[in-house]
Amino acid sequence: MTTKETSTVVQSAPSVTSYLKSHMRDYGMLIALVVIMGMFQFLTDGTLMRPVNLTNLFLQNSYIIIMAIGMLLVIVAGHIDLSVGSVAGFVGALAAVMSVNYDLPTIVVVPVCLLVGLIIGGLQGYWIAYWKIPAFIVTLAGMLVFRGLTLALLEGQSVGPFPKSFQLLSTGFIPDVFGVGRPNVTALVLGVLAASAIVFLAARSRSRALKYGIQDEPFSFFIVKNALVAIAIIYLSYLLSTYRGLPNVLMTMAVLIAIYTFLTNSTTIGRRIYALGGNVKAAKLSGINTERLTFLTFANMGMLAALAGLIFAARLNTATPKAGFAMELDVIAAVFIGGASMSGGVGKIIGAVIGAFIMGVMNNGMSILGIGIDWQQVIKGLVLLAAVIFDVYNKQKAR
Amino acid sequence: MENIILEMRSITKTFPGVKALDAVNLKVRAGEIHALVGENGAGKSTLMKVLSGVYPYGSYEGDILFNDETVAFSGITDSEEKGIIIIHQELALVPLLSIAENLFLGNENVEGGVINWPKTYSRTQELLAKVGLKESPSTLVGQLGVGKQQLVEIAKALAKDVKLLILDEPTAALQENDSEKLLDLLLEFKAQGISSILITHKLNEISRVADSITVIRDGASVSTLDCHAQSISEADIIRDMVGRDMANRYPARKHPTQEGHLGKTLMEVSRWNVWHPDALDRQMIHDIEFNVHAGEIVGIAGLMGSGRTELAMSLFGQSYGKNIQGEVRLRGEIADLSTVPKAIKSGLAYVTEDRKELGLILEETIQTNTTLANLDRVSSNGVIDGNIERQVSEDYRQALNIRTPSVFQKVMNLSGGNQQKVVLSKWLYSQPDVLILDEPTRGIDVGAKFEIYSIINELADDGKGVVMISSEMPELLGMCDRIYVMNEGRFVGELDKADASQEKIMSMIVKA
Repeated sequence: MTTKETSTVVQSAPSVTSYLKSHMRDYGMLIALVVIMGMFQFLTDGTLMRPVNLTNLFLQNSYIIIMAIGMLLVIVAGHIDLSVGSVAGFVGALAAVMSVNYDLPTIVVVPVCLLVGLIIGGLQGYWIAYWKIPAFIVTLAGMLVFRGLTLALLEGQSVGPFPKSFQLLSTGFIPDVFGVGRPNVTALVLGVLAASAIVFLAARSRSRALKYGIQDEPFSFFIVKNALVAIAIIYLSYLLSTYRGLPNVLMTMAVLIAIYTFLTNSTTIGRRIYALGGNVKAAKLSGINTERLTFLTFANMGMLAALAGLIFAARLNTATPKAGFAMELDVIAAVFIGGASMSGGVGKIIGAVIGAFIMGVMNNGMSILGIGIDWQQVIKGLVLLAAVIFDVYNKQKAR
Repeated sequence: MENIILEMRSITKTFPGVKALDAVNLKVRAGEIHALVGENGAGKSTLMKVLSGVYPYGSYEGDILFNDETVAFSGITDSEEKGIIIIHQELALVPLLSIAENLFLGNENVEGGVINWPKTYSRTQELLAKVGLKESPSTLVGQLGVGKQQLVEIAKALAKDVKLLILDEPTAALQENDSEKLLDLLLEFKAQGISSILITHKLNEISRVADSITVIRDGASVSTLDCHAQSISEADIIRDMVGRDMANRYPARKHPTQEGHLGKTLMEVSRWNVWHPDALDRQMIHDIEFNVHAGEIVGIAGLMGSGRTELAMSLFGQSYGKNIQGEVRLRGEIADLSTVPKAIKSGLAYVTEDRKELGLILEETIQTNTTLANLDRVSSNGVIDGNIERQVSEDYRQALNIRTPSVFQKVMNLSGGNQQKVVLSKWLYSQPDVLILDEPTRGIDVGAKFEIYSIINELADDGKGVVMISSEMPELLGMCDRIYVMNEGRFVGELDKADASQEKIMSMIVKA
C-alpha cells in the first residue's frame, strides 16, 4: 500500500512547467532578481555588471544582508526588530570613539563592539521573551534610545577617520595568493570551489531524496537550475577577479549565509525557532523553552546589527550621527520580499538574502540611471507591496 | 389548536464527511419554556445555529416556520430582526466597554450618526431594572462577575424586542443562587409572553421551569415530552439522552482488571488542587486523587467545563493554572512536573483536545511535527540527522497508517483523523509511560475513530498507562477499564468497567 502511494508520486513527477508552477513561491523571487538585474543591465548599457559596480554593489548591501539574516530569525520567531538601524549606528559610533579618541587597537575594538551588540539584543530580548512585552514596543523604544545614545556618544559630530586595520573590515580584498594580480586567480578558484560545493550538496540531497522516493523535481530542471547557479557564481567571481578580487565583506557574508542556512535547516535550535513562530502554544506544550529561544534570537540580532554597524562605519571611514538611519526598514523589507510570513514560522535565509539583493540592485540601478531619491522610494515601496501580494496570491492558489 | 411560535421541520445539516443533524424536528409553543437536552456533540448547538442564521438558509435542508411563516435567514441580523435572540455559552460582550455601550452595540440609539447618550443611559436603566441588575450603566462589563454578565446579555436581548430567547447552557458557569435568579427571570418572561429555549444539562432546572422537553441524540430528535401532560422522571430523560447502539464500535481487548492481573501502579496523583490563572480566588480543581496502572486505560468522564482539561494541563508541566498544590508519584517516586520538559522527561505525555491550536505546527511537515517533542533523539550536538528523522517519522506514518504520500506533507493538508495520528506519533516518539489523551477522537469520522481506539489498546497492551478524557460516554464505556466521573472540578465517583453505565455516570453528574 505504501509503496503504491509512493510510486504514484514518482510517476506524477511532473513536467518542468507544472513543477515550476507548483513551486512558484520558492523560485519566484530568484526569477524576479534575475529579471530585475537583466533589466537594469540593459537600461544602464551594461554598467550594472561592470566589475567596479559589482564590487560596489556587494559593499553597499553587505550590512543590509547581514542584518537581514538576523531579522529573518526574528520574523520567523513571530517578532520584529525596529531597533537594528539605531543599534548599528550606535555600535559604529562606539567603534569610532574607541579607535579614534582612545586609540584602541582594532583587535580589541571589534570583539568589544560585537559583545555590546549582543548585550543590547539580549536586553531587548529579555523584556520581549520573559515579560511578554510586544517586540514592536520594546524595539521601538530601543530605536529611540540608541539613536539618542549615538548622538550623545559622538557629541553631534562625525568622528573619523578610522585606522587602516579597521577599514579593512569593509574595503579590504582577499589577497591573490597566486600572485598574478589581474585577473585575481584566488577569486576565480574560490568561485569555482563555491560553485562545486553547492552543486555537490544539491546532488547529494537529490540522490538521498530519490532513494526514499520523495523527489518530485524533474531531472532536467535539476540540471538546468544547478548549471545556471554554478555558471552565475563562476561568472560573478570572474567579473570580480578582473577588478580587485573578492572583497573581505563578501567572504564574511558568504560564511554567515552558510552558517545560518545550516542553523535553520539542520539544527535543533533552528527547528525550534520555526516551531515557535508557527505555533507558540503547541511548541511550548512540546517541551520547547520558547522564552529562551526568543531571547537568543534577539541577542543574535543585536550581534549581527553590531557587525553591520562596524562594516558600515568602516566603509564610510567615519562614524556619523545619522549612520544607520531608517536602515531597519530596508532590512525588514528585504526579509518580507524574500518570502517570510508576517505571522511567523515561514521564511528562508536564502530568501532574505535574495530580497536584500533585489532592494540593492534596484537602489544601485536606479542611481546609475539618475532617478531621484524621491521616485526610488516610491518604486521600492511598490516592489515590497507587489512581492508580498505575489506571495499571498501563490499561497492562496496552493490551497 | 395550539399556538406554535416556532416549528423546525426535518432539519438536516451536513458538514464535509459528517451528518451533524438528521431530519430533526422541533416545535416550540408560544409563551413556553422549552428545554433542549442531549449529550455534548448531539447537535443542540448546531440546531440553534441553523435557527439563528449562523448557518444560512441553503446550507441546510428542511423548513423553519416562525409565527406560521416560512423564514429564510441569511445571517444572524435577519433572525434578530424577527426577534429570535441567542445567548451563547461564551458570552459575546466587550469587557472594556460599559454596560450601556454593550447593550446597544450594533443597535445604537443614534440621531444622524451621533449617539444620544442620555437616551442610551435611561433605556439601559429600564432594561437593567427588568432583569433585576443593580449596576450603574457606565460600569465596565469586565468588572462584573459571570452571573451579572449573563444578565447583561439577557438585557441586551430585551433591547432588541425579543420574541424567542435561546439560552445555551446559561447556568453552566453560575453559582447556585445566580442560577436560581436566572431561572426566576425566565419564568417572569414567560408570564410576559416571551418564549424561550433552554439548553441545559441540569435536570433539576428542567423539572423546575420547563413546559416541554426535546431530547436530541446523535443528530436526531429522539423524543418530545410534555411536562404537564405526563409526569417525567429524570431516569426517562437520561435514557433518551444516552440510549444507543454500541455494538462493534470498539476494538476487542482483554481488560486486565477483568483478567485479574493488573500491572503495577505507574502514576498516582494525590490532593491535587489548582486555581484559575487569572481569577486567583476561583479554585478550578479540588482535591483530586487518582491512579493509573501499567496496561490500564482509565477514563475521566464529565461534561464540558467540568475541569477535565484543566486537570490534565495542570499535571502536564503546570501548563494551566496557578498556585498548584498536590503530589504526583510516577513509578512510586515523587515526580517533578513543574515544567513541560520535566514532565516529558518524567515519562508523561499529554495529547491535547485542540490539535490545531495546541498540538500541531500546521505550516510544517509530518516529519517536523513527529519529532518536535523529542528532537534530541534524532540529533547529536544540536545537529539534526535528517535521515534518522525521516526514517523515524516514516515508521510512525506506517505504524499508525497515516494516509499521505510522504512525511513531507504539511499537516494542514491532512484530514482530522490523520492529523490526530500525527499528534499521537509525536507523543509516542517522546516515549512516555503515561499518556493523557484529551478527547482523542474529537472531530474524527467513525472509521478513523476505530483506528485511534486500536492504537490506544496497543499502547495499553505494551504496558503503558493511558488516561482518556472524553465527552462521549459510550467511548469511555467501550474503551476504559475504570472510569472516574468528574464534575465542577471534583471527582464525584469511580466506576469499574463491570458496573459502569451511561445512566450511572449521568446520574453521578446531574446529582452531584
